[in-house]
This record gives sequence, C-alpha cells and structure tokens, in this order.
Amino acid sequence: MTILEEKATAPAPAQSRPEPVHHAEPSGLVKWLTSTDHKVIGKSYMFTSLALMIIGGAMALLIRAQLASPHSSLLSFQQYNELFTMHGSIMIYLFVGPFAFGGLANYVVPLQIGAPDMAFPRLNALSYWLYLGGSIIMLLGFFTASGAADFGWVAYAPLSSAVNSPGAGPDAWIAALILTGFSAIFTGVNLVTTIFYLRAPGMTMFRMPIFVWNMLVTAILILIAFPVLTSALVMLYADRHFGMDIFSVKGGGVPVLWQNLFWFWGHPEVYILALPFFGVITEIIPVFSKKPIFGYKGMVFATLAIAALSTGVWGHHMFTTGVVLLPFFSLLSLLIAVPTGIKFFNWIATMWRGQITFTTPMLCAIGFLITFLIGGLTGMFLASPPVDFQMHDTYFVVAHFHSVIFALVIAAIGALYFWWPKMFGWYLNDRIGKVQFWLLFVGVNATVIPWYILGLHGMPRRVAVYNTGMGWHALNIAATVGADITGVSFLVFLLNVYLSWDKKVPAPNNPWDGTTLEWFTSSPPPTHNFTRIPPIRSERPVWDYNHPDAVAIPAHKSDNNDKHASPPTGASGDDGGD
Amino acid sequence: MCCMTHLSVERPSGTRLSRHLRPAILVSSLGLLLSACSLPSYGGYKGATTQGHDTHLLYAGLFTTAIVVGGITLSLILWSVFRYKKRSDAMPRQFQYHIPLEITYTVIPIIIVLLVFFFTVGVENRVDAVSSNPYVQVKVTAFQWGWNFDYPQLHVDVHGVTLQNPEMVLPTGKTARITLVSADVVHGFYVRQFNFSRYAQPGVINVFDLTVRHSATYQGQCTQFCGLYHAEMLFRVKSVPPAQFQAWVHQQQALGHDKVVAKQPSPIVKVRSTNSRTKI
Ligand code: HEM
Ligand SMILES: [Cu+2]
Ligand SMILES: [Cu+2]
Repeated sequence: MTILEEKATAPAPAQSRPEPVHHAEPSGLVKWLTSTDHKVIGKSYMFTSLALMIIGGAMALLIRAQLASPHSSLLSFQQYNELFTMHGSIMIYLFVGPFAFGGLANYVVPLQIGAPDMAFPRLNALSYWLYLGGSIIMLLGFFTASGAADFGWVAYAPLSSAVNSPGAGPDAWIAALILTGFSAIFTGVNLVTTIFYLRAPGMTMFRMPIFVWNMLVTAILILIAFPVLTSALVMLYADRHFGMDIFSVKGGGVPVLWQNLFWFWGHPEVYILALPFFGVITEIIPVFSKKPIFGYKGMVFATLAIAALSTGVWGHHMFTTGVVLLPFFSLLSLLIAVPTGIKFFNWIATMWRGQITFTTPMLCAIGFLITFLIGGLTGMFLASPPVDFQMHDTYFVVAHFHSVIFALVIAAIGALYFWWPKMFGWYLNDRIGKVQFWLLFVGVNATVIPWYILGLHGMPRRVAVYNTGMGWHALNIAATVGADITGVSFLVFLLNVYLSWDKKVPAPNNPWDGTTLEWFTSSPPPTHNFTRIPPIRSERPVWDYNHPDAVAIPAHKSDNNDKHASPPTGASGDDGGD
Repeated sequence: MCCMTHLSVERPSGTRLSRHLRPAILVSSLGLLLSACSLPSYGGYKGATTQGHDTHLLYAGLFTTAIVVGGITLSLILWSVFRYKKRSDAMPRQFQYHIPLEITYTVIPIIIVLLVFFFTVGVENRVDAVSSNPYVQVKVTAFQWGWNFDYPQLHVDVHGVTLQNPEMVLPTGKTARITLVSADVVHGFYVRQFNFSRYAQPGVINVFDLTVRHSATYQGQCTQFCGLYHAEMLFRVKSVPPAQFQAWVHQQQALGHDKVVAKQPSPIVKVRSTNSRTKI
C-alpha cells in the first residue's frame, strides 16, 4: 500500500498495490458463513440488530395498544409482563449495543484508522455468532412452557429466583445474556487491540477521528462492565439451579447485591450505548458544516471524563432502596452533566459560522441534539435523590430513558444514511430519508412528552391496566399515537431501502466531501480496504488532501482573532504547509 | 391496651425542632423557599406531606434551572442551524479552538451542578429525617400481591390483597413513622401526592416519616414490578384529624377481637408463586 505524498507537492497518481490473489474463494452463503472480513461481520451485526429492533418495536406497539385503554383485555397480565420484559431486553441487549459496537464500530473503525481488518478477525466472527446464537435463544423463550422471561429487563432478585420465576423461559434469558456478554467482551478486546496496534503510519492518537476515540473508550468500558454482568448472570443461574443462595435471604444471601452488580454494569452500559452515537454525530456535523470539529481535544477529554464518572454512579438507580450512599452517587451523577455539556457546546460551535447542508444524516444529527437535550435535562432531576423518590418507577423514568435512547436511534438512522453509500456503493434516497426523519422525530417526542406528564401524575411503569379515575387515559392515547407514528417511520425506512435498491444511484468514493480515511477508498471498499492512503497530518487526512488551502487553524492562532468574522478563506490558506 | 394508645397521643412532637437547627439544612431550605415558593408547580403535586412539599420545591427549582439551561442550549442549536444554513460555496473559516470559551462552558456547568447538589442535600436530609418521637408507628409489609398495615403499639392490623385496596389511616398534621419491609420480592411503596417512594425489600428494613398536611384519601400503588398482579397492588392512605384517628383506632381494636381468624393470610397469598397464566 502506498502512502500518498501531499497533493500539492506530488500530484502523481497513487501507485496501487495489486490485490492479493485468493484461490477458490467461496461465494454466496458459504462466503458469508465463513467470512472474517470486518465489513461483512459489521454488516451482519447491523442487519441482525435492525431485524431485532423491528421485533422489539412490534412488541412496543402491542404494549402501547394495550395501554391505549385503561382495562384493555388485548393482552393478559402474563403476556404483558413477558412483552415488556422482552421488549426492553431485546432493545438494550440485542439492538442498540450490538448495532453500535458490533455493527458500526466493526465496519467503520478499521476504515477510519487505515487498517486492513480488525486485529483478531476470527475472534470477531466468533463474537457475531455468539451474538446471533444468544439472540435466537432469547427469542426462543417465547416457545417454552413457562413463556418468555417476565421479570423485567433488570431481573431483580428475588423475583428472578427459581421459586418466583420458574421455568425454561427465564433460563433461556440468562443463557442468552451470558452468550451475548462474552460476545461483547470479545468485541471489546478486538476494538482496543485494533485501535492501539493497527493505525496507519502517521495516525497518532490525537489524529484519530472522534468516532474512533469514542469506540476506544466504549471498548474499555465494555471490558470494565460486561464481565461483572456476565458473572452476575452466572451467579443467578447457579442460584436458580444449584441452590447457591447468593441473592436469597433465606440462604444467607443478599438480594440487593444483585442490584449493585447489575447496575455496576448498567450505568456504564448507558455510555456503552451512547458514546458510539456521540461519535457518529461528531463525524456527521463537521462534514455537513464544512468545518473541523470544534474543540477536538476537549471532546476527547470529555469522553474520558464521562467514561470515568460513569463507573461510579450506578447507585442512582438504587436511590429508593434506602441502602445506598445518596450524596456520593448524586454528586457524581450530576457531574456527568459537565462533560456532556462540553460536548453539546462543541457540537454547536462546530456548526457556528459553517455552511450547513441539510441532508438526512445532518437532520438526524440535529434531531439527536434536541432529543438528547430533553433526555439529559430530565436526567438531572433523577440524579437528585428526593426528586428521584418522586419519579422513580413512574412513567417519568420511562420517558427519560426513551428520550435518551430515541436520540441514539435517530443518530443510528443518521449513521445508516451517512455510511450507506460507502457500504453498498449506492445511496439511500435522501427525500424519503427526510420524510422518515420527520416522522421519527415527531413520533418519538409525541410518545415521550405524554409519558413525562403521566409520570408526574403518578402512573407507575410496568402496569398492564390502570384505573379510570386516575386521569391517565387521554395521555396514554396520545403516547400510543406517537408510538404508531414512530412505527410508520420505520416502514418508510424499509420502503426506502427497497426503492433505493431497486433503482440504484451509484455513489462515488467520497459522496459528502468526508474528511476521514474511509472516504478515500472505493465504495464499497475492497477486501483489505485500502490500496493507497493519503498522508495523515491531522484528524482530517482526506480533507487536508482535497482542500490543501483550508487546513484547520491550530489552537494558539485561533484564540486571538476568533471574535472577528473573517472573510471566506478559500484562497488564503495561511497555515497551508505545516 | 387502650392506655397505650393514649400515651402515644399525649407525647408532644416538639422535639422534632432539633433537626431544624442543623445549620446547613436551615440555610439551604431557606434559600430554596425564597427561590421556589413563588414558582409554578410545573405539573407536579405540591406535596400532601411536609416531606413531599420540600421535594416539590426542589423539583420546581430544578425545573426552572432546566428551562433556563435547556432554553439557552436549544436557542443556540436552532440559531446556528438556521443562521448558518448553506448560502454560498465560500469556504468557512476552519477555526477549531477557543480556549477561554471552552473554559467558560466547563466552569459554568460546574457551578450549576454544585448549586443543585447543595439544595439536593438539604432537601434529602429533611425528607429522610426520622423523628425520635413519632405520634404513631406503622409497620408496612408488602407481599405478592397486597399490603399489611400493622400498628404494633395500637394492636391494629389492616390487611388486604390486590383490588381490595387496603387503607392505612394516619393522623393529619402528626408524624407517622413507617417501617417498610417485604415478605417476598421487591415492592415499591408509593403515593403520588406524597412525592415519595421507597422499596420494600427482603432483608432490608426501611424507616421513614410521613407527616400528612391535609385530611384526604390518597390512592397509593406498588411501583416496583413484583410479578403477575403488580398492576393491581393498590392501597390507600386516609389521613384524618387526630381525634378521628383515635376513634378509628378504638373501633379497629374492638373489631380485632372478633377477627382473629381474618389475620391469617388470604388464599390468594398462598398461590402467589405459581406464576399461572390464568387470573385468580
Ligand atoms: C417505537 C418505539 C418504542 C416504544 C413505543 C416503546 C414503548 C415502551 C413502553 C410503553 C415501555 C413501558 C412498558 C411498561 O413499563 O409497562 C417500554 C419499556 C422499555 N423500553 Fe421501550 N419503546 C420503544 C423503543 C425502545 C427502544 C429503542 C429501546 C432501547 C433501545 C427501548 C427500551 C426499553 C426498556 C429498557 C424498557 C424497560 C422495560 C422494563 O421495564 O423492564 N424502547 N417501552
Ligand atoms: Cu445510570
Ligand atoms: Cu409491584
């Protein structure tokens, strides 16, 4: 592979390395089954998790249909309990996380650091198969005699014990999560190693794209958190089947221990889900604003600070247990707002004085900002223990975490529209994309805003019926309408995939004037990703290559003259050749 | 036994004042009162207990903060989106750092967070404070799927499952000490107008005070998912003037002698772990 010289000095065409010759390459299904190519595995992850999202989303719509009237008999209590448990479990364990660190990271990270593949391609394949196996096992719970797990996605002890929740459905749930837990850990190991060892020459740590930084930190968080969850699940299994009595009072165990272990994973998990999508929009916003990300280093430190704090806040899920140190967990939780705020202002400052084009990915990034803002602010309420006493286990909490998660889902849709041309060589239709965005954005907020009010009016979560006299009916109808609009937005997405596939509009290597290495190679990239690579002088090697006159202004220079609006600098390029 | 009842009635609750003297609490609650008393209620309950009222003031203060912070951030987002919409092909200036600005938007949130934390701790201590001298004590036991309200000093015991909606009677304006436990899985004791919830957990004894401000009947409900009939695990809190409370106690005590049998667990409790698909 050739490292290209600076365009200005050596415009000569890149000398290509010949593609390695493979003998008797398998094709079709066998190729997919045996592939260790990070791009194939990444796509498998993405589409498996999206399929699971559709299943989980259909469950959510059933749940909403049930709640649209107070004493609906659409679902029995048992069915309702299974559905919300599986809805939450599928969405958290099988959709958002695997989509982010299995799908996006797998596909994008090696490309962005100029690597031919992940560090351990076979381990990568193992991760995917563990994940797929785990997902299937979890779904099979519905077909057991006991029905699927029905103790909520958090499986609090002792409700999750063999006495209170007997049967194979709960066991399938536990086994599934042990498998996906190992899958996540292997992916974490793979990402950390890849990012540390396989960066292209010239790509120092502080020249890595923010998405890569965020994935590095996410992977480290995975390595901190997932072993604890996986161990706790093994303990739960042992409690259920071997009378280990780790979580039961009768045998001298401690039920609250489960909550401590679960949330020690659970809160870092929130950032394992969120950081990748922070990374996504940090890639999207600069590209469509035609500016470098504002405060690159601040962004990195903010990510590190969020990750560090996130390992010490699990107690905020347990304020109402009466057995956690309230001020400690409250202060650390509130402090997370600080690095998150830094990120927000950096994103805004990146758009500031830019030239913003409103493609679907950019709309999604803006939709993310607004939706996440609501989720973040309501999180502040829940970090304050007395107010959490008021809100805990009501629909206010359901609304809060769905605001956050819907923001991530919006960003995920943005990521798909953004990287789709790279992955397949053709675009998703932008006009249909915008229709989808608006349906999604309006739908999710029309769902969560009634939930916030319901929570303030005291409606508990995880209830299949409610009393007419409580004044909750109208708001529940509103939430159901919002959820249905959200559902329609995904139908529009599927329609878009079909229509765009039917009439393909071919995409060039760099359709958005992207700045990072993945936009330098072909769309879709060849098996080992690159035949040539531009010099890497900043976190925007492709931008520097294409716009040698518009490199970013370094910190010490931008301080002084930032206040004065400067004329377009297309030609000035004062910092041209460093 | 009746004399015991009267004993607890005579006890003055003045010693509760001592906790008000804790300076940090005093300062923070004063500040909170000044800032929050005139605030709108923002869709929340004003708090039917003194503890819940403190929580409400904190909530209203937080909501105001959130409106200011959120309003500024949202305006900045919308401004940059609409103002910097692409108008020409000119290359924007490629600035990337502005250290003083970055420090500003690090320091200001830290200050806001510390203020929020300060008020939080003040209210938290008030809400969690337990009087050394409560007017009445109630031991609340949550079970699948119902509630038991036991007044140990008064020898009164109220028991009810799911839709029976059992009633805990409290004296208005007096401090009630609640001791909350669970007979099986984790449950949540929650009354919306009290702005308060607390888990009932096996192996944990939770103690808190409720001082109901207004006589009324409040609908409560289990909020922590506890199995099949979680949605129907209802109870009520009825707050009545102290004299009426005494009358109720006497009435219950008289009833209690005839109802020894009724104290045994109801049949529904026995089948609680079958997790059956059919409704009992
Ligand atoms: C169309 C979109 C969605 C709708 C309408 C929806 C609806 C709901 C509803 C109504 C509940 C509450 C059930 C109850 O408490 O009785 C719920 C719970 C939950 N949802 Fe969603 N949801 C959606 C998407 C998502 C997504 C994308 C995620 C995460 C990635 C998610 C994660 C969860 C979790 C973790 C729970 C808690 C489950 C539990 O209480 O055990 N949801 N959802
Ligand atoms: Cu958390
Ligand atoms: Cu319950």
